[in-house]
Amino acid sequence: MKIVKKAQAGTMQSSDLMVFLEPAETLTVTIESTVVKQFGALIRAKVDEVLEKHGIESGEVRITDRGALDYAIEARLETAIMRATEG
Amino acid sequence: MAAFKLRRSLLYVPGNMPSMLQNIPIFNCDSVIIDLEDAVPLAEKDAARHLVKRFLLNYTDRNKELLVRINPLDSKWGYEDLKVVLPAMPDGIRLPKADTPEIVERLDTLLTEFEEELEVEIGRFGILPSLESALGVINAVGIANSSERIFALAFGAEDYTASMEIERSRGGEELFNARTRVLWAAKAKGIQAVDTIFADVSDMEGLRAETELAKRLGYTGKCLVNPRQIEVVHDVFAPKEYEVEYALQVIEAIKRARQLGTGVIALGGKMVDAPVVKRAARVLRTAYAHGMVDTLIDEEEIHGAQ
Repeated sequence: MKIVKKAQAGTMQSSDLMVFLEPAETLTVTIESTVVKQFGALIRAKVDEVLEKHGIESGEVRITDRGALDYAIEARLETAIMRATEG
Repeated sequence: MAAFKLRRSLLYVPGNMPSMLQNIPIFNCDSVIIDLEDAVPLAEKDAARHLVKRFLLNYTDRNKELLVRINPLDSKWGYEDLKVVLPAMPDGIRLPKADTPEIVERLDTLLTEFEEELEVEIGRFGILPSLESALGVINAVGIANSSERIFALAFGAEDYTASMEIERSRGGEELFNARTRVLWAAKAKGIQAVDTIFADVSDMEGLRAETELAKRLGYTGKCLVNPRQIEVVHDVFAPKEYEVEYALQVIEAIKRARQLGTGVIALGGKMVDAPVVKRAARVLRTAYAHGMVDTLIDEEEIHGAQ
């Protein structure tokens, strides 16, 4: 799937995250988190896994994490991808 | 009739809040109703159902009944809610605005289709219809009989009072007829009746009084809006020590009666016969579920050998 428009999903509540997607030529992922030192690599791995599952190869992906668990990261990213890829 | 399942407390959890969803495993309520309807803003319906699906798929070590309140079937979200959430295997669906038997039949058909598609047992997903309008209350009997998936009827007073164009009072006198009608329909069908929410989380006395009223009428459970309400509700629905003691005496008395070749006997000056035994059996089943007695009473003790 291809990111064709700007979209976001999630909230700034604790245990949640905000995902921002924008069309771009290449793929960039930036992660901002209160726990980035401890969990940055794990969050990144989850994000990569979900992007790959949906065949997203390009776009700007920004994550603001508020201590979300894996299931929430997956869900919010999924929602953002659906919102960003629908015509 | 389905196996006895304790459903004293059914706690609503907003579907779009990870911080609440994640606590579901540690809440000590009997059932949880994850809400995709009123607790989720219109712009977040898609987000909430994805979140609930991922949460449920991840919650493999399940320790309570998990229901999902979908959006009404005639809204543009209801069908999509089912499609996204059912593969994550909730135990059942709470159907809002179940005003007619036809609406419930439609859900029943959809659930059967999804069960076939998911290759799970037909009837796996239960239905808890919400009777929450004048029409729903009037149709209670038809609704109770509209699907074998229905394990209980739920009365929803907030929407009901809105449909009646009245205010809900602390004493709840205005709800009396509707509460009773929902109960009759449930009892006639042999299913449970679940009472409405009590919205004021800070008023524990009011919650206790309303729960006691519901129990006295015949309700066996209550919907809750906050985990702080669980303890009061469990306390009210737990059989009292003296009730359990008396129920045990009733069972002993009726066994003695049968040895004497009769179905009726006096206990402490009061007549004990079949209906009294039936009530005692119910108390003991609930007591068993609360861990207050060690053994589950069997049918032969209740009815005697043929």
